[in-house]
Amino acid sequence: MGDDAGTPVGRRVVLAMVGLGAAGVLFGERVASGLNRLLAPLQAADRTGLSSLIPAAGRFRIYSVVGFLPKRTDAEYRLRVTGLVDRPLDLGLADLRARPATRLVKDFQCVTGWRVPDVPWTGVQLSALLDEAGVQPAAGALTFSSFDRSYTESLTLDQARRPDVLVAYELEDKPVSRAQGGPVRLYVAPMYGYKSCKWLEEIRVTDAVEPGYWEQRGYDTDAWIGRSNGRKDKPV
Amino acid sequence: MLHRFDRAERALHWANAVLFGVLMATALALYWGPVSALVGRRPLVRQVHVVAGLLLPLPWLVARLGPWSAALRADTRRLGRFDAEDRRWARSLGRDLSVRFGKFHPLQKLNAAFTAGAVVVMLGTGSVMHWFHYFPLRWRTGATFVHDWLALGLFVVVAVHVGKALSDGEALGGMWRGTVEQAWAGRHHPRWADELSGTSPAMGSSPVDGAPKT
Repeated sequence: MGDDAGTPVGRRVVLAMVGLGAAGVLFGERVASGLNRLLAPLQAADRTGLSSLIPAAGRFRIYSVVGFLPKRTDAEYRLRVTGLVDRPLDLGLADLRARPATRLVKDFQCVTGWRVPDVPWTGVQLSALLDEAGVQPAAGALTFSSFDRSYTESLTLDQARRPDVLVAYELEDKPVSRAQGGPVRLYVAPMYGYKSCKWLEEIRVTDAVEPGYWEQRGYDTDAWIGRSNGRKDKPV
Repeated sequence: MLHRFDRAERALHWANAVLFGVLMATALALYWGPVSALVGRRPLVRQVHVVAGLLLPLPWLVARLGPWSAALRADTRRLGRFDAEDRRWARSLGRDLSVRFGKFHPLQKLNAAFTAGAVVVMLGTGSVMHWFHYFPLRWRTGATFVHDWLALGLFVVVAVHVGKALSDGEALGGMWRGTVEQAWAGRHHPRWADELSGTSPAMGSSPVDGAPKT
């Protein structure tokens, strides 16, 4: 094929990239988590938001299972607690903010691998809302639904009563943005992100667990970080 | 006017440009929070991104396998190799101003190689991300990691490429019309200009050494 004058730089570059790419697929998970730890302080100090363009460096990715980002204004937002309770609740954002607040600073771990370290979450403990509604003895689980009209999630009652499970209205000390599930979302600290139902609209108390959106699609229902979905992440 | 790129090469370049534009726009809408929130419609955007990605090899295959591929092949060969002058340029870290470039500047050669390699890697990692059920979960994370970082690199490289083209109308015109002015070629690609006007041995017919020939 033609003459051999010259160094085949093009071929070398292409082969090196393919080799590096393959290595990245095989070992990228480890490199990514190392990089996350390295870059997290930089990102925390960044005020421009531009560092969110840096890949896999401890920032949230936005997922929605529907073709749009659902919208509720603060004024029209309502959260209902229904099902096997003595006193069903129907709360606005102001009602939630009027209740005793809990602030947690904890990691957010997605089942697809990315992790955001040390995220401040503020909201009402789910257990407090359950106590207020008066859970009936027959109850054993909760079903959460989103006002995207598609997403659902589940927890057992024992899981839901943990102190690190919040009905959150602030993320990183700002109101939860629309993209991140605002005005109100769930935060289940010890479990993978898909349990932390965004755009939370209803908490229904049921007798047994009804598998949620992703759980009907093969993900584990008891989604403990590091002990489910075949992953070995550091627990939160 | 000197003939620089034939019709098939230009068609290939602009088909790639359109696909890259679609891929980069949809990438932003999928990846960057502020744009995601503005655009929404994630399943549709993702579908467009995947289809545009899978189409990427098509223009190249058509251009390369058709009866019109002679110029593309010749230019691919030039792009793939650093000749003696290019090596001299590289050794001087680009500071040796006496280097007389051929049809392509060494940075254009590197750009072509990087982009070609990137397309292969993006297609591979993108496939693992799209058909993730068939792969270990670890691979999905690794593929996402590679896809993200390489995308960042591609954005930078494409931005520089477009910026360079816009700052030099004649270079852009060469890819648009296929021809460039003799004087421009003499300034930027003197060895190629010599080659076309027959004042120097054709490229590759003899080993090129450092000194310009007359």
